Amino acid sequence: MHSAAFAAGEPAVVSAASGGLLEAVLFYAVAGATVASALGVCISRNIVRMAVWLFISLGSVAMLYFLLAANFLAAIQLIVYVGGTLVLLIFGVMLTSKSPWVRFDTPKLELLAAMGVCAALAICLCIVLSRTAWSGTQQVVAGATVAALGERLLTTYLVPFEVAGVLLMIVMVGAAHLARQEE
Amino acid sequence: MTIGLTHYLVVAAALFATGLFTMMTKRNAIGILIGVELILNSANVNFVAFDRYLGPGRLDGQITALFVIVVAAAEAAIAVGICINVYKNLATVDVDSAARLQG
Repeated sequence: MHSAAFAAGEPAVVSAASGGLLEAVLFYAVAGATVASALGVCISRNIVRMAVWLFISLGSVAMLYFLLAANFLAAIQLIVYVGGTLVLLIFGVMLTSKSPWVRFDTPKLELLAAMGVCAALAICLCIVLSRTAWSGTQQVVAGATVAALGERLLTTYLVPFEVAGVLLMIVMVGAAHLARQEE
Repeated sequence: MTIGLTHYLVVAAALFATGLFTMMTKRNAIGILIGVELILNSANVNFVAFDRYLGPGRLDGQITALFVIVVAAAEAAIAVGICINVYKNLATVDVDSAARLQG
């Protein structure tokens, strides 16, 4: 049963039972894709293949945002992260590689030590997360409208918004200076 | 089976661990940057999951994730600029060979 309350600028809070079987199937598929592509990033030894796995991982995270009812954020993730940052990283790969198959290998001992540390961290985190009783966990689906996000950006979060604008301008100037042609 | 908060947090923890492994073991500077992007994404998934499950009407988590995306893009731009300059000067992006200030 859905009941929507629309106030001006407020997100529509729809109380419903969360999707059930469809949501579970979608979540496990998307979460599996995310973790598998992240593993592909750290296993690949070719930098271009790492970038492709990262592309799949970022797209899966955008699907996770859709499942979390954060539609605007998912679109921003696809446009800015996948279409901007990832393309920038691939440009960096293109401009800094002498040949497509150059490989830097790490010593096996370092790999094993790092794998041990990261596996221990992941296991400890999962244990702690599954044992915590998160207060107020509700099964409520909230539809966040772009209007509500925009209203918050311009009222509650005005200062970070302006600072982010200044930051982006500084970064543009700095990046143009860093990548200049030496005469 | 209902998907709860813990499911998303476990996914974010896995992303964090793989990003950390990538940062620790890759010698290519761009590879280290890719690890940083994975870690930032795991933090974003945490923010949005907490926002959806612990306070669905408040959008604080989503706005924070938005700002994290902005800062991550800015940082990736500058870092790639630095890598390009390192490549211009040292003819390689192997971080082990950028050791002139060492010792």
